Amino acid sequence: MSEPISALNHASYDGIAKVRECGLQGMITLRGDLSDKVLAKAVKDATGQKMPGQREALVYGDSGVCWMSTDELLVLVPYAEVEAKLAAMTNALSGTHALAVNVSDARAVFSISGSNAREVLGKLAPVELSAEAFQPGQIRRSRLAQVAGAFWMDDAETFRVVCFRSAADYVFKLLKVAAQPGSEVGVY
Amino acid sequence: MLILNCPYCGVDAEESELSAGGEAHLKRFGPGSSDVEFHDYLFMRENPKGVHFERWRHSNGCGKWFHAVRCTQTLEVFGTYSAQTTEPPKELKDAITAKRPGWTWREYE
Repeated sequence: MSEPISALNHASYDGIAKVRECGLQGMITLRGDLSDKVLAKAVKDATGQKMPGQREALVYGDSGVCWMSTDELLVLVPYAEVEAKLAAMTNALSGTHALAVNVSDARAVFSISGSNAREVLGKLAPVELSAEAFQPGQIRRSRLAQVAGAFWMDDAETFRVVCFRSAADYVFKLLKVAAQPGSEVGVY
Repeated sequence: MLILNCPYCGVDAEESELSAGGEAHLKRFGPGSSDVEFHDYLFMRENPKGVHFERWRHSNGCGKWFHAVRCTQTLEVFGTYSAQTTEPPKELKDAITAKRPGWTWREYE
């Protein structure tokens, strides 16, 4: 089979923060009753993480789980393992009212790093991004200018942004403009 | 700027993250209902000066529908509540009464 390539193939930009397209990331959308023990065990088996609480993101590297809504999780696994993990999950959930779908190739992932990372994202999303309000371990689904996007923090100066693959070029251009040299606002 | 608290994800969502869904608590009449009832369900809407109940969707967010109560005159937000209900919670009605004594909206007061 042909080699899978991410939306922008690791494009990057250096401005007041470093913007980088992260490449391929395995992602499984899991919907169901989040209080269900079978579902929690399936998540644990796939990622090693417990069931996240409201707006929690338990992500380490390219593996983890994010709370997307009251009945939806985003399960992150390494791209190469996504088919195997999905098969195991589907098998484990066979008797449960739940749905797991591989959405890896429908998404693009960016990282924004540097001391001005909060500034860059704060220009694009209507979200309070001060250090008191937004911390590693939280996820926020919102919009980036005109398209839907979600983000969480890997550490105090690094954001990871997920958007639809079809909007990857638009989001990358947005982030480039927001990270232009000299464009610090100085709010965060 | 309108900011509503989404009861599902707990986020104080700004207006551009939300989609308006029109009037809340519309009642659709089932089989055997009259043409008048169906007409009213389709076309008759409240247009109050004051307390108003609306549906909103956190479309650029968790994607869930919820209810909000606002004042059409001052744009004050009285509160938001889950969509899994057929009428506003009592605490919210009491809170509105505290601020707007004597308010009515359809059959609620």
